[in-house]
Amino acid sequence: MRPLISAFLSGLLFALGLGLSGMTDPANVLGFLDIAGDWDFRLAFVMVGAIAVHAALRPLIHRRERPLYAPKFPTFSVTAVDSKLLVGSALFGVGWGLGGYCPGPALTSLATGASQLLVFVPAMFAGMYVAQVVQARSGASARSASLGVTPHP
Amino acid sequence: MTNSILLPLLGGALIGLSASLLLWANGRVAGISGIVGSVLAPIRGDVAWRLVFFGGLLTGGLLLVWLRPGAFGAPASLGSSGIALLAAAGLLVGFGSRLGNGCTSGHGICGISRGSVRSIVATLTFMATGALTVFLARHVF
Repeated sequence: MRPLISAFLSGLLFALGLGLSGMTDPANVLGFLDIAGDWDFRLAFVMVGAIAVHAALRPLIHRRERPLYAPKFPTFSVTAVDSKLLVGSALFGVGWGLGGYCPGPALTSLATGASQLLVFVPAMFAGMYVAQVVQARSGASARSASLGVTPHP
Repeated sequence: MTNSILLPLLGGALIGLSASLLLWANGRVAGISGIVGSVLAPIRGDVAWRLVFFGGLLTGGLLLVWLRPGAFGAPASLGSSGIALLAAAGLLVGFGSRLGNGCTSGHGICGISRGSVRSIVATLTFMATGALTVFLARHVF
C-alpha cells in the first residue's frame, strides 16, 4: 500500500508543479518555443527549478542502499546516443511544437475535460502503442529501458 | 521580471520534489511518457503504481481546475482543422517520446539532473525541433 501512496503523492505534486509553473497552458509553451518571435523565456525557469532541486536531492537519496519500498535504484543500460534517441526526440519536439502539450501537462489537463485533450491524449496513447509495437518487433525492447522505466531483471 | 519567473521556479521546484520522492520511495524515474506508456505493454506487478501515479496527476489537475482554473489557459473552441492538428501532435508526442525513451520530464529533468549525455542530447533535440515547428507555423506558413 505504501508504495502506492508515495506514487500517488508524486503524481499529485508533479501536477501541481506543472499547473503552478505555467506548463499546463499551451499558449505559454508555444510562446516559450517561439524563440524567433516574441520569446517568452519564463518556462526555462521550470527546468532550472526542477533540475536544481532534483540534482541536489539525488546524491542524498543515493546514500541509501536501496529505495524505501523497492529492491534497487534504477540502472541505465544504454548510454550511447543512437538514432532511435535522435529520431524519437526530434519527432516528439515536432508534436510538442504543434500542440503545445507534452505528456505530463496533457494528462494533468485532462482533468479539465476540454475537447482539446480528449483528442490529444488518445492520439498520444496510440502513438506510444505504435512505437512500442514497432520496437518489440525490431527486437529492441530488451534494451529500451535506458530511463529505468521498465523493471530490470 | 523576478515576479514573472517566481512561479515557474516554484512550480519547477515542486516537480523536482516529485521526482525525488518517486526515486527515494519507489526507486523510479519520474518520466511521464515511460510511466504511462509502459501500461500499454503491462508487466505483472508493475502496473498499479503507474495507474496510481496517473491518478495523482489527474487529482492534481482537478485541484488546479478548482483552485487555479487560469492555469489551463483560455478556453477555446475546437474546429475540424484543430482536431486534425491536435491528433497529429498527440501521435507524434506519443510515438516520439517512446522511441526516444523519454520526454520533457524523463530526459529534460531527471536525465539532466543526473548528467546523462543521452538526456542532454535528447533535450536539445526536442527543444530545437519544437522551436523550428513553432517558427514554421507562426512565421512562415
